[in-house]
Amino acid sequence: MKVMKDLYYTKDHEWVKVEGDLAYVGITDYAQSSLGDIVYVELPEVDDEFEKEEAFGAVESVKAASDVFMPVGGKVVEVNEELIDDPALLNADPYENWMIKIEIADKAELDELMTSEEYEKFLAEEE
Amino acid sequence: MDGRKTPLYEEHVKLGGKIVNYAGWLLPVQYEGLIPEHEAVRNKAGLFDVSHMGAIRVAGKDAEKFLDYLLTNDISKMKDNQVVYTFMCYPHGGVVDDLLTYKFSNEEYVLIVNAANVDKDYDWIMDKKEGFDVEVENQSDETSILALQGPEAVNILQKLVDIDLSEIKPFYLRRDVKVAGINAMISRTGYTGEDGFEIYVDNEGVLKVWDELLKVGKDFGLKPAGLGARDTLRFEATLPLYGQEISEEINPLEAGLKFFVKLNKEADFIGKEALTKMQEEGLKRKMVGFELKGRGIPREGYEVQKDGKVIGHVTTGYMSPTLKKSIGNALIDVNEAEIGNEVDIMVRNKPVKAVIRDRKFLQNR
Repeated sequence: MKVMKDLYYTKDHEWVKVEGDLAYVGITDYAQSSLGDIVYVELPEVDDEFEKEEAFGAVESVKAASDVFMPVGGKVVEVNEELIDDPALLNADPYENWMIKIEIADKAELDELMTSEEYEKFLAEEE
Repeated sequence: MDGRKTPLYEEHVKLGGKIVNYAGWLLPVQYEGLIPEHEAVRNKAGLFDVSHMGAIRVAGKDAEKFLDYLLTNDISKMKDNQVVYTFMCYPHGGVVDDLLTYKFSNEEYVLIVNAANVDKDYDWIMDKKEGFDVEVENQSDETSILALQGPEAVNILQKLVDIDLSEIKPFYLRRDVKVAGINAMISRTGYTGEDGFEIYVDNEGVLKVWDELLKVGKDFGLKPAGLGARDTLRFEATLPLYGQEISEEINPLEAGLKFFVKLNKEADFIGKEALTKMQEEGLKRKMVGFELKGRGIPREGYEVQKDGKVIGHVTTGYMSPTLKKSIGNALIDVNEAEIGNEVDIMVRNKPVKAVIRDRKFLQNR
């Protein structure tokens, strides 16, 4: 399973890439691999606000739908429209193909997330 | 993971199969991916291990009479070596199981039943055979079954048999065929909407047949295919799944499958009275097809609403790999079942517009 350094991770297999007060959010390699072929992505609107651990969207494979949760609370400033027409991009490269870009509400919430080493350990225990 | 293994379990693991527990069996939901496997069956061929299904032999002087009473289709009209699809119903018309009946002779038949219902079916048959001169044998544990499906299936299988496969018409069987040297029964049947064969062998022989089919099939584009593709393929082909389109609560008439219920056959059968009455009085619910007009994927169990009122539920729904759009089956109030009627499918609690259509999804593709 690919785990990228310099990202933060959640127990629900989302990743966060912080850039100042903004952050990109997506799903991890483990998540896309578990889902199988992703055929549908549900994204929020720009300006939508969500709390930490609130569902901001969903990814669906042929067989199942899976909610995607905010790693930290914030406001949506951009969504990756490419995923609407080509959901398979999430399978192809889940780290390159972010889902949403947010303005972080409270940076302290980042401290509650896992580092890449902690996520790798977490994955080893999941198996 | 707990569960029973078919003789091919290790092969599925070796091929990278993602193993799940289905009806108590450990089987692959996919290998390479649901969509490539689905497309392989539609365009070339796919190979499924369906050994989890059940085989119940019914033999004796009264075999034909008993089965004509037990099953809804007209068993008395069957020819030797013919296969018919039929239901086994409860007295109230609900379905015990849907199954294929293989006729060897008037005195010998084998019923191929759903994996999830084998024990229930066997108990039901044993209970109903009283007064008929028949013996009933559950052969499920000794029977391995492969399904080879797709336009190239006949070309692939032809390489491994000595007989001329064009002599076996759809819904007919042939026994004692050597497939890669292994003794088998084959039938031109399947659950995908494509041409294909189902191959029945002893547990000891199935590995050789599986290996040889994959080897020979490689040049034809054959892929091993799992349970995931099996469901999307049968759904597109308008074939029911027990527990979703038919069940103890959903009878064959409501499911739009009355072709397989011969209400006019001479023999009485279990459920005949109730189903005849329903037919005369008119159904209250009906199975329809629908297509989503908005974004989303309709799934089993989602509510169907019209103007805020619940009118039914989705029995199966998918983003169809072949049609590349979101379609489904729904069991709804008969008054709303007209083609072209606009309804709402509650997708993850949000209404998405859908339009009622026919269920022949694969027509004109």
